[in-house]
Amino acid sequence: MKQKRAEPYDRLTHPLVRDDGVLRRATWEEALDRAAEGFRRNIEAHGPNAFAMLSCARSTNEMNYVAQKFTRVVVGTNNVDSCNRTCHAPSVAGLSAVFGSGGGTSSYQEVEDTDVIVMWGSAARNAHPIFFQHVLKGIRKGAKMFAVDPRRTGTAQWADLWLGLNVGTDIPLAHAVAREIIHAGLHNTAFIERATSGFEEFARSVEPWTPEVAEQVTGVPAEAIRRLAHAYATADRAQLCWTLGITEHHNATDNVRALINLALLTGHVGRYGSGLSPLRGQNNVQGGGDMGAIPNRLPGFQDLLDPEVRARFEQVWSNTIQPRHGLNLTEMLEAMGEGEVTTCYLIGENPVQSEADSLSCIKRLGMLDHLVVQDIFLTKTAQMADVVLPASAAWCEADGTFTNSERRVQRVRKALTPPGEARDDIEILCDLARRLGHDWHYDGAEEVWDELRRLSPAHTGMSYSRLEEHQGIQWPCPSEDSIEPPYLHGRLWATDPVARGTPAPFAVLEHSPPVDVLDEEFPLRLTTGRRLDSYNTGVQSSGFASPLRRGETVELCPEDARRLGLTAGEEVRISSRRGTVVAPVFIDPALRPGLVFMTMHFPDEVDTNSLTIEATCPIAGTAEFKAAAVRIDKLVPAKAG
Amino acid sequence: MSVPLPPPRRLVEITVDGEPVRLPEGSTILDACQDTPTLCYGDTLTPKNACRVCVVEVEGSRTLVPACSRRAEEGMKVSTDSERVRHSRKLVLELLGSSVDLSTTPGAAEWIAEYDADPQRFGQEAATVEQPVKVDNDLYVRDYGKCIMCYKCVDACGDQWQNSFAITVAGRGFDSHISTEHDAPLTDSACVYCGNCVEVCPTGALSFKTEFDMRAAGTWHEEEQTQTTTICAYCGVGCNLTLHVQDNEIVKVTSPHDNPVTHGNLCIKGRFGFQHVQNGRSAKQTQKD
Repeated sequence: MKQKRAEPYDRLTHPLVRDDGVLRRATWEEALDRAAEGFRRNIEAHGPNAFAMLSCARSTNEMNYVAQKFTRVVVGTNNVDSCNRTCHAPSVAGLSAVFGSGGGTSSYQEVEDTDVIVMWGSAARNAHPIFFQHVLKGIRKGAKMFAVDPRRTGTAQWADLWLGLNVGTDIPLAHAVAREIIHAGLHNTAFIERATSGFEEFARSVEPWTPEVAEQVTGVPAEAIRRLAHAYATADRAQLCWTLGITEHHNATDNVRALINLALLTGHVGRYGSGLSPLRGQNNVQGGGDMGAIPNRLPGFQDLLDPEVRARFEQVWSNTIQPRHGLNLTEMLEAMGEGEVTTCYLIGENPVQSEADSLSCIKRLGMLDHLVVQDIFLTKTAQMADVVLPASAAWCEADGTFTNSERRVQRVRKALTPPGEARDDIEILCDLARRLGHDWHYDGAEEVWDELRRLSPAHTGMSYSRLEEHQGIQWPCPSEDSIEPPYLHGRLWATDPVARGTPAPFAVLEHSPPVDVLDEEFPLRLTTGRRLDSYNTGVQSSGFASPLRRGETVELCPEDARRLGLTAGEEVRISSRRGTVVAPVFIDPALRPGLVFMTMHFPDEVDTNSLTIEATCPIAGTAEFKAAAVRIDKLVPAKAG
Repeated sequence: MSVPLPPPRRLVEITVDGEPVRLPEGSTILDACQDTPTLCYGDTLTPKNACRVCVVEVEGSRTLVPACSRRAEEGMKVSTDSERVRHSRKLVLELLGSSVDLSTTPGAAEWIAEYDADPQRFGQEAATVEQPVKVDNDLYVRDYGKCIMCYKCVDACGDQWQNSFAITVAGRGFDSHISTEHDAPLTDSACVYCGNCVEVCPTGALSFKTEFDMRAAGTWHEEEQTQTTTICAYCGVGCNLTLHVQDNEIVKVTSPHDNPVTHGNLCIKGRFGFQHVQNGRSAKQTQKD
């Protein structure tokens, strides 16, 4: 097989500005002046809501705090979001709708101490290997593990039972599990009565989903559905973990709610060892949202629409905050297309290659009057910018904190001096703020953090010295004198109804199959995901010589390969209703007939996201990366000459 | 709040070289005498009792006991520096030093001096495990001429942590050695390049390719390196990385063994995927094909 490997990206070492359509080297003064001038021009002409900030889920909490403050105070809009939109926004939306807080409810250690582990749409063995070591500890200690995934992944190979469902049938499967639990009388009636609401209606809504009916829709044998239902419901403790197999769908928030329903039905939440864990894909996706780098929440995940909350921030920031939600990433891109957003400050994101339907994303970014990109590489997105600002790499060239999937805030420390003229993100933001009339100075990341701690009760107790002492602290941490339990929502088990608080609502949900329908022209279901040694658009992971890397391939099962007359390594054309790419065939018996798999790791060679569909979840805005309809054709022999 | 707390542990009192020491029930003798030399002991692994360099004398015990695995019991009288202990450690170090290249084993030279060991005394004909270095990928190398057969890499790769089972012990007696399936190159094995074997190797038999190349070029200067612990940028799990930096370049990555997220383990991206931050950083040709 021809080994395709793009040249690794080189670090950006000096600012660039665009003159006569070409990016050229500039001084920092020149680039910052140019960046600020463009923002000012657009805000003056069209108002603050013509500005959009894409903050960076890879950067520190401190940088995200300053970036959202820049958006809300210097510009005066709530148009701030990050790529958490493309992965776990539905988890946050679903969890916060039910429990009032968007974080995973459990900690890694609890996975080791539980009795049943359900890995739903999560290839953690390859995508989150060190989390999976905690799962393996649990399995070694006797926990039963169930894997729910269209592919027989590395995770599924460790499962007691693999439920290989059809792509996009998670709700029918969850409903059938719920119905079986109810009919077997295994639901936790005491918990349901005391801590939840809407059970009767929910029970009626799942009634049609017998395991046999669900088998027809999901492809999972009724007996397997029963086994999962009984194991989950009868376990003393159970963990339900999910990843992008649940969230990268057009009805993703519903998918998340369907899983939460199961935890409410059985009381597997709010206790040690029982909980709900979305595994986050980027190092600080959790923290970016916690810091308010999202259009509907202020730092500390506090409600932007609450006047009292706003007043507290307005007092500290000496500025008024717009009392309405800003645009999320998906809406920003649409607004760019419609000329409503005319300038964008994009920090450390590569939407040109990471967004579904990448061609339309390029078109929309191209319509901006003024685009500023701050990154460590000249990515495909940065190449479209009017001003490019070279940044330091947060994880090794900056001080600060990240927040992981178990809500643990951990210290990030500077180990390297950034190359060339590259500078710290927070310093750059402050320089721009000063040019736009706000005299900002932060004496290092700790000063930013201490400002955040004053405003966010969930972080108040987390001084840098305590974070060091405890090797990270999980939020909430309201006091410097104590450490809270490692799980959330213990209140649901309180005997005092006042302490118990708002009951957690069941959700009544409808099955909605993938938007991109299979037909005779596009008969194959394409799903996308990660490989062990690579990461997202490959900008970072292409930098090291992984012996496991084999470039992009289109993976399909031996039966489909035979039917289509394809052999391993043969280059084929893969087409969807939106685009076409060429990639070599890789035959994988872990796939089922009708299902093909590709990654998004090698977009410079094979732009998988030109195939995917931008059908987005109406609540969270996440696109349906996991379900496109495609066809595979043999290449016609190349013409001579 | 119902976080299960471990039951309170009783303290047991033992004497070490005549001094009373109190430690929680279940602790090992090694916990009471931290400066005892060890090789096969790993703080994240189940003791294997393979190297015998940590043996101590316990009053009433017929044989010397390995401090790393023997639990402390109330009233135990331990000698760590008796004639018998010194003689045993000396012999162990001589046997290891005569057959294995201990040149990169931290502590070995000091112990050999301290116990007056003479690895050369078996003469030039003494059997050794000397063999060519295995360099079959760009991430880490295997120099089994430095392997003392402590099994730590096998345990880390196997059911204690990684569960990849890419390596195990092959052969018998003096010929036993660590091997992939059918002694295939790593690139044809089950190895996933997590480097968790490198993390626990006590002798430098397993090392980063960067370290191996720099040692060969004479540019490896451990005394000039800084170690900074930060967080991996590749996924949301939040693994702690300790970056070993020399001349503003990352030369090696480890993880704190007592960290609640990693317990010292990483995946290929966290351990080896750092090169992107230093590509184009200097004029020096970096890792490229």
